[in-house]
Amino acid sequence: MLEVLFFALIVLAGTGGELCVSRAMKEIGEVHDFRPVAIGRVLLQAVRVKWLWIGIGLMTVGFFSLLAILSFENVSFVVPVSALGYVAGALGGRFFLGERVNGRRWAGILLVCAGVTLVVMGKG
Amino acid sequence: MREEWEPGIQMTPHKRLHLKSYLMVLVMILAGPMGNLMLSKGMKKIGKITTNVSSPEDLLHMLARVLSSGTIWLGIASLLTFFVAYMLVLSWADYSFVQPTSAVAYAVVALLATLMLGEVVSPLRWLGIGIICLGVLVVGHTNPRTTENR
Repeated sequence: MLEVLFFALIVLAGTGGELCVSRAMKEIGEVHDFRPVAIGRVLLQAVRVKWLWIGIGLMTVGFFSLLAILSFENVSFVVPVSALGYVAGALGGRFFLGERVNGRRWAGILLVCAGVTLVVMGKG
Repeated sequence: MREEWEPGIQMTPHKRLHLKSYLMVLVMILAGPMGNLMLSKGMKKIGKITTNVSSPEDLLHMLARVLSSGTIWLGIASLLTFFVAYMLVLSWADYSFVQPTSAVAYAVVALLATLMLGEVVSPLRWLGIGIICLGVLVVGHTNPRTTENR
């Protein structure tokens, strides 16, 4: 039961946090100027967007949940976590950020999922 | 890479958007794994925390050693570079584009492990990396941005 909770927390908080960072950056809008001073200005703008802090908070929760679960679970646990993160990310992109995920992108995402699963399995 | 643009016309042509996105993802997949590698190398040089630390003074001493290590600072700088590139690319590109394409980092990690750490990477892992690259190629051919610019 505890595993299920941590599992959901890692996937949802980790991916959810990244989605919130993405939302924060979309509020700022496309960056065109890549000189250091201009990038600094973008970062100063970003720290004033609340979605950035929600995102960083969620990512922190996800990270510590992963550490917690690894203290009492086998490393093989990360296999479904890393793969499902990509599905959660695509769904979040679609419904939270309003992105259009077409068939081609879904196909690529599923390939990445399969590949990541093999990579993590091959490490053990 | 500065470009002039009028406030009314904010859509960047596809080709340039693709190039910008690829460049940023490239920075991410190099800086992220390099940062982790340097942190791990730096910490291994310092030694196991559990065996060396038995009192609060030891912990402070250990912290001082961590913070005086050049490798650790290079690692931190590298990870900061990763996060800034991540934020910048997300200012224009879809999350559902950036997240899968940055999975090429798995290939970079395996290459760094073989070339710099002399680790043996299993055939299963290489197969997985091949499939990831295939998937990234497929996602990479979609439009990086499917939402309107604000």
